Amino acid sequence: MTTTAVRKEGPAAVTPPPTVGSHLRGYWGRVRGGDIGALPAVLGLIVLCTVFSIMRPSFLTAGNFANLFTQGAAVTLIAMGLVFVLLLGEIDLSAGFASGVCAAILANVATKAGYPWYVAVLAAILTGVVIGTVLGFLVAKIGIPSFVVTLAGFLAFQGIVLMLISGGANISVNDEVLVAIANRNLPPAVGWALAALAIGGYAAVQLLRHRKRLSRGLTTDPMAVVLARIGGLTLILGIAVYILNQERSRNVLINSLKGVPIVVPVIAVLLIVWTFVLQRTSYGRHVYAVGGNKEAARRAGINVDKIRISVFVICSSMAAVGGIVAASRANSVDPNTGGSNVLLYAVGAAVIGGTSLFGGKGRVLDAVLGGAVVAVIDNGMGLMGYSAGVKYVVTGVVLLLAASVDALSRRRAAASGTR
Amino acid sequence: MSATPLLELRGIDKSFGPVQVLRDVALAAHAGEVTALVGDNGAGKSTLVKCISGIYPADAGEFLFDGRPVTINSPRDAATLGIEVVYQDLALCDNLDIVQNMFLGREKHSGLVLDEPTMEQMAAETLAGLSVRTVKSLRQHVSSLSGGQRQTVAIAKAVLWNSKLVILDEPTAALGVAQTAQVLELVRRLADNGLAVVLISHNMNDVFAVSDRIAALYLGQMVAQVKTTDITHSQVVELITAGRSGNLGLTGEPVTAGNGTGAGPADTTPGGVR
Repeated sequence: MTTTAVRKEGPAAVTPPPTVGSHLRGYWGRVRGGDIGALPAVLGLIVLCTVFSIMRPSFLTAGNFANLFTQGAAVTLIAMGLVFVLLLGEIDLSAGFASGVCAAILANVATKAGYPWYVAVLAAILTGVVIGTVLGFLVAKIGIPSFVVTLAGFLAFQGIVLMLISGGANISVNDEVLVAIANRNLPPAVGWALAALAIGGYAAVQLLRHRKRLSRGLTTDPMAVVLARIGGLTLILGIAVYILNQERSRNVLINSLKGVPIVVPVIAVLLIVWTFVLQRTSYGRHVYAVGGNKEAARRAGINVDKIRISVFVICSSMAAVGGIVAASRANSVDPNTGGSNVLLYAVGAAVIGGTSLFGGKGRVLDAVLGGAVVAVIDNGMGLMGYSAGVKYVVTGVVLLLAASVDALSRRRAAASGTR
Repeated sequence: MSATPLLELRGIDKSFGPVQVLRDVALAAHAGEVTALVGDNGAGKSTLVKCISGIYPADAGEFLFDGRPVTINSPRDAATLGIEVVYQDLALCDNLDIVQNMFLGREKHSGLVLDEPTMEQMAAETLAGLSVRTVKSLRQHVSSLSGGQRQTVAIAKAVLWNSKLVILDEPTAALGVAQTAQVLELVRRLADNGLAVVLISHNMNDVFAVSDRIAALYLGQMVAQVKTTDITHSQVVELITAGRSGNLGLTGEPVTAGNGTGAGPADTTPGGVR
């Protein structure tokens, strides 16, 4: 332990400008020190996709690729909200049924009351905000552990869903726009345009930051690394859009099926917005601070209670968005919307992606990567003909694996980092 | 030294319910000097610091800052005056990097967005101004720092805000020999840069190594405030443990030296004081 300290304090006088080599070494050092981030999720995704492609060639078709997105969308969206709660070391077990409640409100407003789709969406998200405010208030102001509050919510919301759809019948969702969210695709040209916009925007942000830091004389990542990041994104988006723009319909004459599913840009926009909030605003900084050391945050003048309430609001609102997507995909809302495995898949997605259950560490991107892992397992095992039972067991094991990796890397970080 | 002290306290009283923790305490801290505040456990050091930093309101007494009378009712008042406290448990977030910690709660913005380059530059300048060369990268997480480096970051955080008075609560308590030396050097440099420093310490070696004046608290009373060069090691120990040493310290019986509340020395170690 002392040797690390001495080594760090030794050659510190002048920091040489980082090179590609030192950048990679630095990354490897962080990984070995226990800061593995999303590495397990990315590796897991590669391994799973390879295995399923070999076992079931139908896994690797454009049609199935598009299915992955629509299947995983609701869970991923809920997981994105859960990241905020997990960042504070709290948990929201009610997110699944909260999404069910919001979906039921959506269906009631759109189908039964006949309001236009945007009113229904607004009502659903407002419901999410209200739910989150209540949960957050109970946790932050009354001081009940979030586990208990949201467990109570889990039960109560299940009941509210039942009441909202009056005892078991389901409500169909017929509105064109609402159905389109999870079932229609963008025209291929729009898909390309959005991809180009995303790449251009990312490149501009990266290059501007690089230039700004250089001009201030601050250490920057080497240009090669910046370019590699931009190139990597270009490659991934390019391949994905190309595959999704292939014809997926069995019979083109009856109906053509191609383009990027509409949920993909929905997820992408929310990913960008929440990443911006977490990484580039004071609010996000304060969320990390409260998750890392509540007392330090309080002494720094941060309103800890406000932050704690706000993350529950964000989580439940994102659950509402997930519920809308789920309702759209199923064309209906039934008592099981947001139930069964949805919540555990969402928590699993966040944790598999590298968000710590102990708070203070995680990104919104983790939820998307973890959501992809969960969707691939669900989809691939379905294709291989395994029963739902086996799928649950495997997903449970993967979640446990991810949580162990989290706990072990945390221990490792404590051993290699602190003092 | 001949000038008015930066911070002067007169006749500070503080009670928690029936327990009087501070009685008629006077303290002066001069710019460019390290004032060591010593005293046994329960003598009232922490309470006094919390009164100065605005966490506890004092029951009675005067605060003079730069010769002007001021009132300090909240930590924010203290911060506005330029008083910063570095607490023993540091109050750093392990999961944030050095720059993020130094600006926590007071981030710089350009519009809605955090202005990282400016913050990083200011942090670098502050650390350079304190001649800190021990941290490799300002963007490393605090969890990867040694105890001495953490203390350094905590002190730099306090200095960043053009503060005039920095109060350090046992900054070397948890450190090894080399790191203690480093931190003491930094404390000395703060004073040499023109700040007033109040150093709370139990360690006489530290006190004699860096301080210009020593203020000794005994059972809630300020028994002596003298120049470090005018006092010996053993005299300070006597002041801390008995409240008097030769012609220094309390006169007469300690029991009657109180200000008339009838509270004996036995009950001046309340729970409110660490």
